[in-house]
Amino acid sequence: MNSLFKTLFSFMLLALLPMVAMAAGTIESDGTKVATNWPAISMFVAFVGLTVYITYWAAKRTKSAKDFYAAGGGITGLQNGLAIAGDYMSAASFLGITGMVYLKGYDGLIFAIGFLVGWPIILFLMSERLRNLGKYTFTDVAAYRFKQTPIRVLAAFGSIAVVILYLIAQMVGAGKLIELLFGLDFDYAVVMVGVLIIAYVSFGGMLATTWVQIIKAVLLLSGATFIAIAVMYQMDFSFDTLFKTAVEKRDGDMSILFSGGFVSDPINAISLGIALMFGTAGLPHILMRFFTVPDAKEARKSVFYAAGFIGFFYILAFIIGFGAVALIVGGEYFVDGKLIGGNNMAAIHLSSVIGGDYFLGFISAVAFATILAVVSGLTLAGASAISHDIYANVINTNATEEQETKVARYATIVIGALAIIFGIGFKDQNIAFVVALAFTIAASANFPVLIMSMYWKNMTTRGAVIGGWLGLSSAVIMVLLGPVVWTQILDMGAAIVPYKFPALFTVTIAFVGIWFFSMTDKSARAAKDKEGFEAQFIRSQTGIGAEGASEH
Amino acid sequence: MDQAKIEKIKSLPEYQQLVKERTSLAWKLSLSILVVYYGYIMLLAFNSEFFTTIVSGEYVSIGFPIGVAIIIFSFLLTGYYVKKANDDFDVLTAKIKKEVE
Repeated sequence: MNSLFKTLFSFMLLALLPMVAMAAGTIESDGTKVATNWPAISMFVAFVGLTVYITYWAAKRTKSAKDFYAAGGGITGLQNGLAIAGDYMSAASFLGITGMVYLKGYDGLIFAIGFLVGWPIILFLMSERLRNLGKYTFTDVAAYRFKQTPIRVLAAFGSIAVVILYLIAQMVGAGKLIELLFGLDFDYAVVMVGVLIIAYVSFGGMLATTWVQIIKAVLLLSGATFIAIAVMYQMDFSFDTLFKTAVEKRDGDMSILFSGGFVSDPINAISLGIALMFGTAGLPHILMRFFTVPDAKEARKSVFYAAGFIGFFYILAFIIGFGAVALIVGGEYFVDGKLIGGNNMAAIHLSSVIGGDYFLGFISAVAFATILAVVSGLTLAGASAISHDIYANVINTNATEEQETKVARYATIVIGALAIIFGIGFKDQNIAFVVALAFTIAASANFPVLIMSMYWKNMTTRGAVIGGWLGLSSAVIMVLLGPVVWTQILDMGAAIVPYKFPALFTVTIAFVGIWFFSMTDKSARAAKDKEGFEAQFIRSQTGIGAEGASEH
Repeated sequence: MDQAKIEKIKSLPEYQQLVKERTSLAWKLSLSILVVYYGYIMLLAFNSEFFTTIVSGEYVSIGFPIGVAIIIFSFLLTGYYVKKANDDFDVLTAKIKKEVE
């Protein structure tokens, strides 16, 4: 095991050493870079050191395929709830939602609520059944009673598409954030994130990924709680004072207290709601977490804890956003009517105003830790789709566990490398559409096939495959014809599809497709698909025959 | 799972009760969250004037307590389901398992 630790340690050095060298060289501030932030860097190095130790600890316990994909099935409901909340509280949602509240006030809260309300639905309709039916990936559930190859290929494709799109958003965000926070070069930051996550995931598998996520979730929740309490302390714990100060800082503009046309168009609003709600229920890296707990009871407990942490976090984010208006506007981080580094820096600047350089360092390090943790989860989900769904269930169905785990490790390296390449490649691109596309694909390909497979006994392989591909392709086409890609990026004039999140239409297409092509399916395979439903239903309800936790 | 076991489980009153109660609870709770959320979105879309009502002091508009209430409501609903499942459904499941295993 010493050699393992040495390898890991050299990974860390490989990632961190040039940081010191480079940081020394880029202290001059050119508007996009800030002076090297030493407290932040030292706290970040401490975090990386801790995660490398966790990876070493986890690597010793990661032997079987079950260990690699599902942390041996031994994660508790509370731990998994924190990890799920951690997956959900990405840097984009921490900095993005506080930034949105800072900019638009109340509308930021509407957005946050949309992200939250999917969780109860996941609990009521999916979490227990998923745990009872699945093994390592949600595809195990979607393909349960059907012809394996076509469904596996569809679901793996849906997973990988969502993972890659999400990774692009995270990596570009990471590069820009690190440039701003630490004064490091974009390309170097992206490479460093890539190298670290390859180390976490390929050595430590799901166990390391989960614990990195848990630690980050605790740090982020504590940091955000501290900021929110400090804001409220300065406002005498009165929301009236908080809002009053914020309105005064905006020259008496009361509009930040009300809804500002974010949902003026009901179709757009409903479509966004569907994308957020059902998209959440189709994110492969989140669904995968339901297989890390020992049974259905822990699975549902984990959703309860996750919903609590996420709801609490969004309320904090809301206070932080208003606190930023009240305490930053007009101060040293406010130049020419704008925040230095853009609206998404609201929470970061606020931490400096409240707690000085060291607290700023802490929050910056937490933001970076958040990126590492979320990207690790995504990478593991992508690698599992390749090794478990494609390799072990389609290409080589006789693969041993050892072979499968080996492929999973190689796939991790490939996904990590892709993350680096895409992160650098999309550096200066407008990537606002990628998250919309990821959520739309998750809602229109992964979710309909998964939910129908668990609930509708007349679904057939043909219906699932055609409906799923219809959902996937309509999602891609309608996002391409939408306002961001068609109008802003391609500059082709008014958008043909005037909705940023076309989920209302693409989800409908997928469900109708599944229904129609199942009902008209009279093949022998269709009869077999329907026959399998009863056994599947009983297992989903009772857990009889479900995968257990591993023995060690 | 062979056909005999399937038939055996299906005939158990505990199993029938479990499926019936859990299905009905899950759909009722899902429906209530959907009604609350989309009701809120519809209210925002069609009656944004309503949200300019001030409910406390001079600056706290009605949208804030409503928004926070939806977040808390979602959390309480998940808590209610988990409690019901721990108290009732797990007991039924244990009985079913005992019958067939």
